[in-house]
Amino acid sequence: MSDSAAMIPILPRPLAAGLGMLPLAPLGYPLSTLMRRVIARNPGLIERLGPYRACRFAIDPTDLPCTLLLHPDPVRAHVSVHSRPPEAEVRIAGPLAALIGLVHGAYDGDALFFSRDLVIEGDTSAALALRNAIDDAELDLAAELALLAGPLGRMLDPLIDMVARASGVSLRRVEQNG
Amino acid sequence: MQPDSRMDLTIGPNQYFWDAAVWQDFYARVADEAPVERVVLGEMVCSKRLPFYQAHILPAAERLMAAGKTVALTTLALITLRRERKLAAELAAAGLEVEVNDLSALAHLPEGAAFSVGPMVNVYNEGTLRWLVGRGARRVCLPPELPPASLPVLAGACDVPLEVWGWGRLPLAISARCYHARLHDRAKDNCQFVCDRDPDGRPVDTLDGQPFLAVNGVQTLSAACANAAHQVNRLRAAGVSALRLSPHSGDFVALARLFRDLLDGRMDAAEFSARTMPRAPGGRFADGFLTGAAGVAWSGAQVPDADHPSRRGQEAVATAAAALAGKS
Amino acid sequence: MAEMMELVCPAGTPAALRAAVEAGAHAVYCGFADETNARNFPGLNFSRVELAESIAHAHRHGAKVLVAINTFPRAGAEETWHRAVADAEAAGADAVILADLGLLAHTAEHHPGLRRHLSVQAAAANPDAINFYAETFGVRRFVLPRVLTVAEIAAINREIDAETEVFVFGGLCVMAEGRCSLSSYVTGRSPNVDGVCSPPDHVSYEETDGALAARLGGFTIHRSPKGAPAPYPTLCKGCFTSEGVTGHVFEDPASLDASELLSALADAGVRALKIEGRQRSRAYVGQVVRSFRAAVEAVAAGRPVPPGTLAALTEGQAATSGAYAKTWR
Repeated sequence: MSDSAAMIPILPRPLAAGLGMLPLAPLGYPLSTLMRRVIARNPGLIERLGPYRACRFAIDPTDLPCTLLLHPDPVRAHVSVHSRPPEAEVRIAGPLAALIGLVHGAYDGDALFFSRDLVIEGDTSAALALRNAIDDAELDLAAELALLAGPLGRMLDPLIDMVARASGVSLRRVEQNG
Repeated sequence: MQPDSRMDLTIGPNQYFWDAAVWQDFYARVADEAPVERVVLGEMVCSKRLPFYQAHILPAAERLMAAGKTVALTTLALITLRRERKLAAELAAAGLEVEVNDLSALAHLPEGAAFSVGPMVNVYNEGTLRWLVGRGARRVCLPPELPPASLPVLAGACDVPLEVWGWGRLPLAISARCYHARLHDRAKDNCQFVCDRDPDGRPVDTLDGQPFLAVNGVQTLSAACANAAHQVNRLRAAGVSALRLSPHSGDFVALARLFRDLLDGRMDAAEFSARTMPRAPGGRFADGFLTGAAGVAWSGAQVPDADHPSRRGQEAVATAAAALAGKS
Repeated sequence: MAEMMELVCPAGTPAALRAAVEAGAHAVYCGFADETNARNFPGLNFSRVELAESIAHAHRHGAKVLVAINTFPRAGAEETWHRAVADAEAAGADAVILADLGLLAHTAEHHPGLRRHLSVQAAAANPDAINFYAETFGVRRFVLPRVLTVAEIAAINREIDAETEVFVFGGLCVMAEGRCSLSSYVTGRSPNVDGVCSPPDHVSYEETDGALAARLGGFTIHRSPKGAPAPYPTLCKGCFTSEGVTGHVFEDPASLDASELLSALADAGVRALKIEGRQRSRAYVGQVVRSFRAAVEAVAAGRPVPPGTLAALTEGQAATSGAYAKTWR
C-alpha cells in the first residue's frame, strides 16, 4: 500500500486524449454486464449498500475525459459512460489508479480523502456505503474480467489496456491477454 | 402526571468562573428573592477554580436553606486528579445532598445514601434510571441531548422527580484540555485563570461569522441559549416536574420570576421569549433537543435582537463574510 | 522477555476482520450493523451470521473477538441492546464492550459468564470509577478515555485490579468520550444515542477555486486551502474564530499515534493497546496492525520500536501523541 498519496500514478495526457476519441456509448453495455455479474457473485455487496442501492453514483476518474454512471440496482444494474458530468446523487472523483486501488483494497478511502486525492460530492452516506460494500466484497477485477470473454470482453479492450498502462495495475490475467 | 401539575424551578450550578464577590451576591439574591425551589451549588467544570470561592459555598447553602430552598452540592463533571477524587469524597461526607455529575462519586457515597443525579451523567433509559434509583438516586436532571420521546418512558419507569435543561447555554462537552488557555496560547497548568474574563463563556463562531459554540475552560457550550418556554406543556405532559435554569450574568432573579410567571400561566411562551431575549447569552434561543431536532434548532420565532450586546459586530462580520462569498 | 501487550484491532467488515487477523491482531473488536454500537455508519458492521462466521475464523487463527455494544440504549427500546448482548454471547464473542449502566447491570445479571469490558464511551477516568464498575458489575477490562497522561495511567493501574486498554492509533477524541453532545447539537444525531459523530448525511462539501469547505448541519466547520490535507468533518477538529483568533480552537486535525510511547505504556501497566478505525478500509487495518504487531513484539523483547510508516493514514496526515503528554492540555 502506498505511504504517500503522491505516488498515485496519473494517466498521461496523450493516453487520456486517445480515450476521448473513442465512442463512449458502446462501453456501457459490456460494463453493465460486468457490474451485473459482480453483483450476482457478491450478494453481500447489495446488502451492505442497503437503501443506497437506489442511488446513482458518478465515478469520475479525473485523469480520463469521461465519467462512469453506476446504478447498482440488483435487478436493473446499469453502467453508462458520459463525456459530460451526468446527474447523480453522489460523485466520487480521483485518479483512475486511486479508484481501482480502492476496489482492490490497495488504498484506504479515508487516507485518499485526507490527502485530497479523492473528492466526494453529494450524498456522502451513499459514497461511504459504496466504499464499505466494495471493501468488504474483496473484488478481483481481473477475475471478474476473465469471465467476460468473447466479444463483450473485446469491446472493453481499449479501456482496459489504458487502465493497465496508466495505473500499473493489471486488470486481467496474463493468459487472458493472448 | 397531570398536564397542569406544578413544575419546579432549579438553579443549576454556575458553570463559569465568577469573581467571588459576584458569586456571593448572586446566591444571596437568589436566596432572598428568586422564586425557585431548589439550588445546586459548587463547581462542575474546573477544580482549579474552587479555592477562589470554596469558603463561600456552605454559607450560601445555609442562607438558601434558611430561605426554604432545597440545596445540593455538585461534583465535578470530570474527575481525574487525586485532589479531585479527594474533593468528591469530602463532598460525600459534607452532609448535604450531593448531585452526582461523574459516576465515580458513587464510590464515595455509602450504599443507600440519598443523592441526586445531574445532567452530565448518561441517563438515557429505564434500566439505567432504575439502577440509579435502586442505588439511592432521589432526583434526576436528564442529559440535555436526551431524545424527547424518552421522557414519558423514563417518567413512567420510576417515581423520582425528573428535571430537564430549561435555560442557559447548553453544556455540550468536557475535556482534559483547557480551551481558554489554548486560545491564550497558555498551557493548562499556567492558565492564569483567563476564563474569568468571560462570565458567560467565550464565543466561538464559524469562519462565516455564524455564532456557533462557546468555550468555558475545559467545557464547550452552545452559543445559543436554551429556552424551554415553548415546550413547557409537552414536558409537563411527559412527566417532567422541574426545569433547570443555568446561571448567567445579569439579573437572574428577574429571569427566574419570568419563568415562574410562564409556569404559572401568567405569561405565554412568545411573550416570555421576547422579554428574556435581552438576557439570553449569545442573543439566540435553542430548544431543538426538546423537540427532537438538532439541539441548535428553535421552535419559536427567532427574533434577532440586533442590539443584543453579544451580536454587535457579529452582524458586521457575517455581512462582510457574505459579501466576500458573493465576490468569489 | 516481558508479557506482550494485547493488540486490539478494529474491523468494520468481515473482510477487515480477516485482514486484521492475518496481520497479527491478538483481538479484533467489531459491532452489529445497527445503533447498538458507536460506529453506526452506512455499509459498515456485521450481521448476526457474519459475526458468528467471523468469530469462528478469528478463533481458528488464535485471535479473540470483542463485540462493542457501546451506545446508550434508547428508552423503550432496551430490548434491541439486550438482544445484541445475547446474540454476541451466542456467536461466541470473547467479551462485550459496554458503556451504559443499565446494560452493564443487565449483562452482569443475565449473562454472568460473558466477559465485560468498559467502553471508552463510559469515560471511566479515575480509579474510583474503575473500582466501582469492577466491583458492581464485574467489569474485567477498562478502555481508558483519551484524556489521561501516561503518568496518570500508571497511577490508575497501581490502584486497581482490572486490566486497562488504551488507544494508540487513529482518530482522536478531544472531549471526554460519551460526554459529548456536539454532534447532536448540530445534526440531531449523537455518538451516545445513534452511534454516529458528525453523521455523513449531514456533511456537505463544496469545492470553490480549489478550497474545500466542509459543512456540518449548515455550519462551516472547516475550509482547506487548495492542496492542503483535509480533516474528518468532525466538529472538534474544525477551524473557528473566537474574538479575533482564528484556528483550530479545540484540536488540530491530527490523528493519535502513540507508537513511540509503547514502552512507557507497558511500564505503566497497560494490558492492551487499541487501534481506532472501524470505519476504515481493510487496507488501513492490515497496514496499521502489521506495524503495531512488530512494535509490541519489539517492546516485549526489549528492542526499540521500529520507526513508524503510518503518516499517510493519519487524519490531516499529521500525528500527535495527544493527551498522553501533559503539554497537550
